[in-house]
Amino acid sequence: MSRQSANPEWRELALGMAITEPGSSRYNRTGDWRSSRPVWVFEKCVRCGVCSVFCPEGCIEMQKDGLPLADLEYCKGCGICVAECWTGCIEMEEEKD
Amino acid sequence: MAERKGMEVSIGMAETTSACDVDVIAAYPITPQTHVVEHLSEIVADGELDAEFIPVESEHAAMSACCGSAAAGARTFTATASQGLALMHEILFIASSLRLPIVMVVANRALSGPINIWNDHSDVMTNRDAGWIQVFAENGQEACDLIIQSFKMAEDKRVLLPVMLHFDGFILSHMVEPMELMSRDEVKSWLPDYEPQQRLDIDNPISMGPVGVPEVYTEAKMAGEAALRESYGPICETFESFGDKFGRTYKPVESYRSEDAEVLLISMGGVSETAMSWVDEQREKGEKVGLVRFRLWRPLPIDDFIAAVKHAKSLVVIDRHFSPGGPGGPVAQEIKSVLYNEERRIPLVEVVAGLGGRDITFEDFSNMYQKGKAAAAGEPTPPFELIQVRGGHYGKV
Repeated sequence: MSRQSANPEWRELALGMAITEPGSSRYNRTGDWRSSRPVWVFEKCVRCGVCSVFCPEGCIEMQKDGLPLADLEYCKGCGICVAECWTGCIEMEEEKD
Repeated sequence: MAERKGMEVSIGMAETTSACDVDVIAAYPITPQTHVVEHLSEIVADGELDAEFIPVESEHAAMSACCGSAAAGARTFTATASQGLALMHEILFIASSLRLPIVMVVANRALSGPINIWNDHSDVMTNRDAGWIQVFAENGQEACDLIIQSFKMAEDKRVLLPVMLHFDGFILSHMVEPMELMSRDEVKSWLPDYEPQQRLDIDNPISMGPVGVPEVYTEAKMAGEAALRESYGPICETFESFGDKFGRTYKPVESYRSEDAEVLLISMGGVSETAMSWVDEQREKGEKVGLVRFRLWRPLPIDDFIAAVKHAKSLVVIDRHFSPGGPGGPVAQEIKSVLYNEERRIPLVEVVAGLGGRDITFEDFSNMYQKGKAAAAGEPTPPFELIQVRGGHYGKV
């Protein structure tokens, strides 16, 4: 199934505006909503994975070395990872541009 | 054809719904709709109909359950009235927006307050913009016939919209009337099994009801408008095909003794039956008066209506609801709008009558007719008037 255009005319909408392609929400790169980004100080990180579990976008992946990595294509900058991290190793840094 | 049997209209409607072999009924009882769903629950409990009867905790839940059921691909039915329709108001828009072919019968009843269980059209008119097909029945036979036709038009792949079938509370719902009820086999010979165009299916996943962001909401509304407008053709085909098969033909706009009429009454629902008898009486006296009724209320059959009334010298529009603080009754306002661009301006007498169960009598029709005759003779037409009110309409001397 082909990806629906970003700005469809009304005739192009699926019946009842249903989304017929599973997983197509990935086309919405929500990272551009972000006004600040999470930055890790890995020296303090204990690799517990709490940030990854609580991320509402599911965009923090635990890597092979056990350290978290946020996918900034989708991170909205909500700061939940900062609030949940009990070691205090994440800080929000304002996006410059 | 089945034999004519005398029975309460609500019971006949429940039997007809059963004959349509519905899969799911989600409903909450409310006067004067109660007997429809009460009898349907008995039919299901007795094993005569293989369906899920969901006794929900409110009408809001009823319509929500209907949306879920229709989204899963089941033939879905519900019924309500008045406060119940008001309580499901927000979900009505979702059902049409998701293009779910639910059929709902509404036993028209006045809205509170003051609390009133009797018939008028205030529940209908406050749900005009819900995006549903809306049809009116005028007697019990029509109410039963139109249930079957509602499923046919709703499920037509060119339509896929929910249908609201209006019948007057008590006036029709509790009337004992001779009716020809159809068997399941007869219905099945005309109404095929429902084959959903799309449905919730784990093997073929889709998401229904995603957010309509500002970039797409306008387009979604246009698509809904187009769907409702384009349902007109299939609705007419449904009426004609039913008539060919069963001998009772319906039309979007129906006229009675209107060909040479100078004054036309405009009505909807059960009061039209009284109006027809009154027209007969007047015709015997030589009065040139007729009746035009909306069978189809949404989509509004504009061209049929104009064709039906354009020769008249004046129209008397009977509204069973009005908009407080507004310009008058909703039916009259819509008629004014559709006639605005006509070359000849047809004088319009706007009356509001029959509120909260007050009967509309021959005397009332004669009173309206006098106003219509005066307008036809060129006298100025006043703003809308609530007739039947003791003390007279506000602001009138």
